[in-house]
Amino acid sequence: MLEIRDLQVHYNGITALRGVSLDVNQGEVVALIGPNGAGKSTLVNAVSGIVSPSAGTIAFEGKPLHSSRAWTISGMGVLQVPEGRQVFPQLTVTENLQLGATALRGRKAGIPLDEVHALFPILRERAEQLAGSLSGGQQQMLAIGRALMGSPRLLLLDEPSLGLAPVIIAQVFAALRTLKERGMTILLIEQNATLALDLSDRAYILEQGRVVMSGASKALAADADVVSHYLGVTPEG
Amino acid sequence: MLLQQLLNGVVVGGVYALFAVGFNLVFGVQRLLNLAHGAVFMTGAFVAYYTVRAGGPLILGFVAAAVASGVLAMIIEVVCFRRLRKSGDAEFGAIISSMGAGMVIMTFWQWVSQTQVLRFPFDTVPVVIYRFWGLRVSLLQLMMAAAAIAIVLVMAWFIYRTAFGRQVRAVTDSERASMLVGINPNRIYNLTYFISGALAGAAGVLVGLAFNNINFTMGEPYLMFGFAIIILGGLGSIPGALMASLIFGMVQTLSIAYLPSGLTTAFIFSAMFLILLVRPNGLMGREEAGSLRGRR
Repeated sequence: MLEIRDLQVHYNGITALRGVSLDVNQGEVVALIGPNGAGKSTLVNAVSGIVSPSAGTIAFEGKPLHSSRAWTISGMGVLQVPEGRQVFPQLTVTENLQLGATALRGRKAGIPLDEVHALFPILRERAEQLAGSLSGGQQQMLAIGRALMGSPRLLLLDEPSLGLAPVIIAQVFAALRTLKERGMTILLIEQNATLALDLSDRAYILEQGRVVMSGASKALAADADVVSHYLGVTPEG
Repeated sequence: MLLQQLLNGVVVGGVYALFAVGFNLVFGVQRLLNLAHGAVFMTGAFVAYYTVRAGGPLILGFVAAAVASGVLAMIIEVVCFRRLRKSGDAEFGAIISSMGAGMVIMTFWQWVSQTQVLRFPFDTVPVVIYRFWGLRVSLLQLMMAAAAIAIVLVMAWFIYRTAFGRQVRAVTDSERASMLVGINPNRIYNLTYFISGALAGAAGVLVGLAFNNINFTMGEPYLMFGFAIIILGGLGSIPGALMASLIFGMVQTLSIAYLPSGLTTAFIFSAMFLILLVRPNGLMGREEAGSLRGRR
């Protein structure tokens, strides 16, 4: 479904990605793990059209994405939940969710608001509150809900656990597991490798802009090198 | 007498609001000051004047002025701001480039009008005075108040109640997040600049009618008042700009009525400083750190 080939990204004089190839198939949850600064966020931002690659190709269902604008890519159903949530702070929770449906662009009807509320009941309780007044965990739920309103065909999640308390992380990942069970295709970026390998079917390990290892998540979690390198370090890494 | 002055103040304030709300709308969305806004305002007055001189009815002059000023503002955004916004230092660059655009427009109308003061033909708005409760209101004043109130209400409805207005507010909050939900920010910028310019153009026609004086420097004092109003109302706040405009209108008419006339402008700006002593972020201003959080 998503095919990335030899992707290179340079910006501000830094080489962030040095030839990354990666695939996500329909219905799969693929994790991208690796230390801070490995280029994980750069990769999702390249897929979303926020940064432009200097070489390589990105294709979604055979259509090239690497020269499209960010809003066109969102309109195709490739939807990102950005790092640090990035909800619209001065708008209400409901308005944030309604804006998520902008990405539909007359594709089929989206995931109804009720379903998002069922997944994250707090968003119904706080419907009329300004998004900026929510806690970090609630904002993360709102950011995911906002992307769901656009009926994602590929959901890109950038560090959904970042800065959240363990109990909140558990709630967020329980919701992600529900989405997985419903067949949602997900590319998950995580520093917390334990969480990421637990949820995903396959994983890629990125270091200094290169894929250094990839394979089935279960196999990676059992690999001694991976365990000592990535699972041994603290989640905040 | 006091009531009469307050009424006059509301009319003047309404016209300021048309000017300042658009100025502040653009500032809120892009964090850039459009220093050509005074020239856009003046363009409205000139377009209406030439439409009426060519035999068109005043209402046509109004519509032509709003459309021409709106399109002009859109052009200013594309020419002066769009490329600059990709650089790191857009705030300063935008001040200079929009000042330059203002000069180009002013020089154009100076050339067209041959540096003459233009006046609408007599009776463009019939001189009719209504009296009630001891107050005098002219037809022109009523028109000004009605136009200002109607336009501001429509604006408020548009920004806070429509899907498109929601997108405008989303881009104001975070350009990047709005692209991720599928909004094309350039479309929103075109639209907000058009609205901003159309409001300024309408204000220009009303001021041209009220003072029966249209000339190529008429935008300058309004640009100054526009600055003061958005600082007083709170940077980027539409309700704040509205409130500040009414306060300025009233302070102005009251000081003309009761104080030495040469001191009016000094008095208006002193009032601004006094209010800022108590509310440094303006009447409806948010903490700057808060409003910038989440951008880019």
